[in-house]
Amino acid sequence: MPAKQAADAAAAKKPVRKDPGGKLDPELSLRLYEQMLLIRRLEEKAGQMYGMGLIGGFCHLYIGQEAVVIGMQSVITPDDAVVTSYRDHGHMIACGMDPKGILAELCGRRGGYSKGKGGSMHMFSREKNFYGGHGIVGAQVPFGTGIAFAHRYRENGNVCLTYMGDGAVNQGQVYESFNMAALWKLPVVYVIENNKYGMGTSIERASARVDFYHRGQSWGIPGAQVDGMDVMAVREAGEKAVSYTRAGKGPYILEMITYRYRGHSMSDPAKYRTREEVQKVRSERDPIDRLAHLIVEQGVASEDQLKDMDRKVKATISEAAEYAQNSPEPDPSELYTDVYVDA
Amino acid sequence: MPVEILMPALSPTMTEGKLARWLKKEGEKVASGDVLAEIETDKATMELESVNDGVLGKILVPAGGDAVAVNKPIALILEEGEDASAATSPKAQTNGAAKEAAKPAEAPKVEAPAATPAPAPAAPKAAVPQTEPELGETKTMTVREALRDAMAEEMRRDPDVFLMGEEVAQYHGAYKISQGLLEEFGEKRVVDTPITEMGFTGLGVGASVMGLKPIVEFMTFNFAMQAIDQIINSAAKTLYMSGGQIHCPIVFRGPNGAAARVAAQHSQEYSSWYAHIPGLKVVAPYSASDAKGLLKSAIRDPNPVIFLENEILYGHSFPVPTDPDYLVPIGKAKVVRPGSHVTITAFSRMVEYALAAAETLKGEGIEAEVIDLRSLRPFDIETVVASVKKTNRIVSAEEGWQFAGIGSEISALVMEQAFDYLDAPVARVTGVDVPMPYAANLEKLALPHADHIVAAAKSVLYRS
Repeated sequence: MPAKQAADAAAAKKPVRKDPGGKLDPELSLRLYEQMLLIRRLEEKAGQMYGMGLIGGFCHLYIGQEAVVIGMQSVITPDDAVVTSYRDHGHMIACGMDPKGILAELCGRRGGYSKGKGGSMHMFSREKNFYGGHGIVGAQVPFGTGIAFAHRYRENGNVCLTYMGDGAVNQGQVYESFNMAALWKLPVVYVIENNKYGMGTSIERASARVDFYHRGQSWGIPGAQVDGMDVMAVREAGEKAVSYTRAGKGPYILEMITYRYRGHSMSDPAKYRTREEVQKVRSERDPIDRLAHLIVEQGVASEDQLKDMDRKVKATISEAAEYAQNSPEPDPSELYTDVYVDA
Repeated sequence: MPVEILMPALSPTMTEGKLARWLKKEGEKVASGDVLAEIETDKATMELESVNDGVLGKILVPAGGDAVAVNKPIALILEEGEDASAATSPKAQTNGAAKEAAKPAEAPKVEAPAATPAPAPAAPKAAVPQTEPELGETKTMTVREALRDAMAEEMRRDPDVFLMGEEVAQYHGAYKISQGLLEEFGEKRVVDTPITEMGFTGLGVGASVMGLKPIVEFMTFNFAMQAIDQIINSAAKTLYMSGGQIHCPIVFRGPNGAAARVAAQHSQEYSSWYAHIPGLKVVAPYSASDAKGLLKSAIRDPNPVIFLENEILYGHSFPVPTDPDYLVPIGKAKVVRPGSHVTITAFSRMVEYALAAAETLKGEGIEAEVIDLRSLRPFDIETVVASVKKTNRIVSAEEGWQFAGIGSEISALVMEQAFDYLDAPVARVTGVDVPMPYAANLEKLALPHADHIVAAAKSVLYRS
């Protein structure tokens, strides 16, 4: 089956709502809109800066998937934890991390979240309860399960959102984690961001079954498939999953049907899918456009007001880019620090 | 204001590329996301997307342009209604931020690493106590009991310490190390895991970053190979990758090396594997007092510690201090038998053989100094060098394979730091370079014994 049809078929398993339904909460919808925009503009800027040689190595952009993290973050508290893979810039924005520290880290500067030593794939913020930023596909899944274990051990009522891509779902350690999380009823929501491609391999070419929300069935873990391009649908499903796991009932799986517009990383020529496939998603399902449409339609804000918001977001990102480029490289002495904590 | 489109870097290694073709013409409208051009890199043909809305005002590098340097302007995007002549203004904005920033910002020159790396394996500050404690009042117990007591004492002291692993709770450990712990601390803190090494190792690391102090028991270190990614990529590297924000106070412990007649997959010695990794501490004690004192230090240490035990030693008895605050510093070797003719280094079970060899050598008038290394990272090269300066000869004994083993490192360090004191080449006693055989006679041949150490000591003394 060609990739495009297959992708459509997977999305068609549950009807995709053309637009987020219901009446919008004005304050909330504008906040979600602004945060999604912040991710998109940050990622576009990161793409530009990569092109200019300011960012090195691997750089995986989140453009297209913004509704997933922004929707999920809006249903948890600041004390809950988040952990994800290497496509992590959006998650950090969602957690409230500063675009300055993110772009500075991408540039390998001392003002970055990891003092320039982690790069795009390895960033953390204990203050914002963001625990990486993991470069090994699937390795964040037991890690996040362990964070949930600590929450349960401390009986603090917090949960851990553990994100993974459709590529990670075929790693064995994911199922080792599912088993332990279900066995010990750990407060963890596994969010599978199904963007249809694990690097250049479509889900149909990698997985015997592509409805990933079923993947917890053997352990009795409930799962739901969600339109991940609809921030309100993400919120609705997220609320249900988070309250379930927070109540001590164990893990929950959410499969977000989403799409990345850019390549797997910056150096991906993306020959495994057609330009038309990408354009079709962009024009019909873009999470930011869809919410903008509804905001204007319901009179929450005018187009001009949204453009104004965009200008402000762009200014924030430009300022962050400026900061990143002006932040000095780490001092050479930093090469030797942070290998061990003093005992 | 016109926006300059620069030749982008499209891979980590690209410095120039070819402008294969333009997909938009001058004067044509472009929207964010439209493909402007195709660019051939050293690896692939890539599409260049616009991130701006506007009009393609001017193409500065025509199709076919070869060897176009990264960051060279290739086109100008105008806002609607804007004139292309404005584009010639040198003040045109670039499509990123300030161009000069593309040069690495005042990169302070990193000094080339010195030929002899100054402090050998990234010397972390040693754990809790810096000096060897007095034994004080002792009672005789096995290594097995000493390990159990170490865990129990630390669990009483700190509610964040917990033990997890296969069969550690109800079964009391496959080798009966955790006897009585479930009964005292309950199933919240003594956790039987499924057989799922990679999973529970990663889970332990995740729990440790939240401030818990997991003791992860591997039934044997052979099974830790299933989990080595989590040990190295997650536990050992997170502190560095997070710029010092996130640390992993976790202990991985279990029997390492050959037991008896369990053949290739259950008889490997992993010391040099873990000792290779910056970010880990690695200890391999011999005596029960060191097992207890080092395990307590390991549990209190804020870094990931690999604690290598030996199945044969579990049943051996030694005097052990009764003081619950008896801690042995990580990173310190110990001279367990003084001598002046030859130095023998050993760790874990090989200390037993080294001591037996020293006794045999004494019968031939040779006084061997035996050093129990105890810690492999950080490595106490000072104690070894001080001994070599006295004896001028050294034999390294280990159970593991020779190639890239602990003895190889000792040999290099001694050459670097005490070359002029050596009267003979460093000798290495190691396991034979084969997977462990099952047959009793072959297994015996594959493992190093006291006789091998005696022979090596005599050879560096040029005696037969």
